[in-house]
Amino acid sequence: MLLDETGEIAETWERVPDEADIPAEGAIIVPLARLEEAMGGRPASGVAIPNDADVRELVPLFPRIGLIAVDFPSFADGRGFSLGQRLRDLGFKAGLRAEGPVIADQFAYLLACGFDQVDVSEDVALRQPVEQWLAQLGKISLGYQRGRPTQSIPDQRRAYA
Amino acid sequence: MYRYDEFDHRFVAERTDEFRAQVVRRLNGSLTEDEFKPLRLMNGLYLQLHAYMLLVAIPYGTLSGRQMRMLAHIAETWDRGYGHFTTRQNIQYNWPKLKDVPDILDALASVEMHAIQTSGNCIRNTTSDPFSGVAPDEVEDPRITAEIIRQWSSLHPEFTFLGRKFKIAVTGSEEDRTALKLHDIGIQIVRQGGQVGYRVLVGGGMGRTPMIAKEVRAFLPKEDLLPYLEACLRVYNLHGRRDNKYKARIKILVHEMGLETYREEVEAEFARMDRDTIAVPDAEVARISGYFAPPELEPRDPGDYVRALRTDPAFARWAEQNTFAHRVPGHVAATISLKPLGGAPGDATAEQMRAMADLAETYSRDEMRVTHEQNVVLPHVALADLYKVFRGLQAAGLDAPNKGLVTDIIACPGLDYCALATARSIPVAQNIARRFEDPERQREIGPLPIKISGCINACGHHHVGAIGILGLDKAGVESYQITLGGDATETAALGDRTGPGFSYEDVPDVVEKIVDTYIAARETDETFLQTYRRVGMAPFKEALYAA
Repeated sequence: MLLDETGEIAETWERVPDEADIPAEGAIIVPLARLEEAMGGRPASGVAIPNDADVRELVPLFPRIGLIAVDFPSFADGRGFSLGQRLRDLGFKAGLRAEGPVIADQFAYLLACGFDQVDVSEDVALRQPVEQWLAQLGKISLGYQRGRPTQSIPDQRRAYA
Repeated sequence: MYRYDEFDHRFVAERTDEFRAQVVRRLNGSLTEDEFKPLRLMNGLYLQLHAYMLLVAIPYGTLSGRQMRMLAHIAETWDRGYGHFTTRQNIQYNWPKLKDVPDILDALASVEMHAIQTSGNCIRNTTSDPFSGVAPDEVEDPRITAEIIRQWSSLHPEFTFLGRKFKIAVTGSEEDRTALKLHDIGIQIVRQGGQVGYRVLVGGGMGRTPMIAKEVRAFLPKEDLLPYLEACLRVYNLHGRRDNKYKARIKILVHEMGLETYREEVEAEFARMDRDTIAVPDAEVARISGYFAPPELEPRDPGDYVRALRTDPAFARWAEQNTFAHRVPGHVAATISLKPLGGAPGDATAEQMRAMADLAETYSRDEMRVTHEQNVVLPHVALADLYKVFRGLQAAGLDAPNKGLVTDIIACPGLDYCALATARSIPVAQNIARRFEDPERQREIGPLPIKISGCINACGHHHVGAIGILGLDKAGVESYQITLGGDATETAALGDRTGPGFSYEDVPDVVEKIVDTYIAARETDETFLQTYRRVGMAPFKEALYAA
């Protein structure tokens, strides 16, 4: 199940399996090791990265990357949250997707760390349909941190002071 | 004291509602047990040996009379009439029912309290100096910084699924009463050339691999606090080990990566981030600081204090041992010992909590502090009122004159409550306290922090006990390993093992032999630690193991 903050969305990217030939055209997601190969003749490639990738190395390629999909091997492995934030801090502006068995209760945190899409594992999607994901977004309406999409309590205080 | 505004109230109320819904989703199968577990832990709910346990946050240990009364009410209504103050300045309830927990959280919210992030792999309750705003050598009240961190760390989207728990302590004094160097991050408020800022330590911790924190930044300008912490946490979150939960704390990362490399990574991250956007605005710092303005205490004549000292020896002994000089003349901070003879260290009944609340409201500007030694402090007591305070404590059975002495023992709940424990802790503490029952003997021995943990996770801080006691399970039998020379203060040190462990029954004898060896070896006015550092392990080993 593919989601963004508005609900379920259609997949527009095609995943190229590890061994398969890279098609000449179309929006594709390739593993990190094949990124340069995929970039050959296309304006913007998608790349799937593990959560221990050193994304600083990707910076020169940012203008030609249309989507980065960060793997969450388990919902409890929170490295992806920092990876997403680091990518945004490094100036990555295109699509950022979390994929793996993340849970609805983490949706707001993912969005707050720079992700704009989540590809939810089938097993989780069966138990947590899209309604639960969207419902979760309104649960905590304010955050104590600044510089994130959630309404910021310190900024609100300043506005009403 | 900090007071919630509408935003704080709304945040805590929404968090409680969210948890209520999570309980429902667990029951209807939306969440698996594995998924529910970290969510429940981040709301303070543990599953223990016999029952659920609820760990309630007391931010930096500060609470008011009204809050203490609510803790008493919770103990009576939903638990068994008592609570246990922990080494993290929190309070734990050992017998709540799962179905009652959302109601307990609502009750807490009504007095501006919660159980958020008292457990789980996230940033835990930020701890601080129980003598904040009292200590004469304080650069600035550390609770301002601790409150800024409390807010920033609450449901931080990036740091809520860390590799392991993360504990931050803040002190404003050179003399450390927070076990600063045993925290994942220790923050010391310092002055440098007229500017106030932070010295930042990283990578301390206890558990099965105890380590003393190292300095990662000698001076951090105040406005950089939150960006720098985000950088520290981000490097930890990205690089900390995830393959082994016993190697997942930041201390292991700093150790394996090397302090220098860790520092470079942090500084690079810090340089890259949009610091102005993350930093707490000046107006917000000023708003929070306002809540910690020192109370207006007028220097007061000590009244009948001197006469009471003369006429009531019990009061004299307590006043000598359990008070701390206040920066305002004619006042003290008084420590209420939760280590009465035969009691469980850190436990207080609902009646005792109400007695403490009464005394705080009447004589201590409505304020109390929970200490990591599991005692409670009345921070602003006039000497003129001290005898009344003492009489009130006496009536509530809270008058043990043993602060810092051999019977002021820190102990985790141990095998009597805890699912992780491998041995009992509380009865060990009780047996030692009984052995040293005589107050005159305790005084003669002097300061001697004993700390007892019922397993290697070290919740009882045994590594930093002058005498540390670790209860293990050796083929189904409790065995107690002894360490000497541990120190949680600014001169932090980890204790050295004496040798093979001892049986449960032998522990009081063992402690007594250690104490006797110290008394025989000490030079005038030397504390146990000073003597130990001078003479070393040899005479103690001799006393314990030579046939």
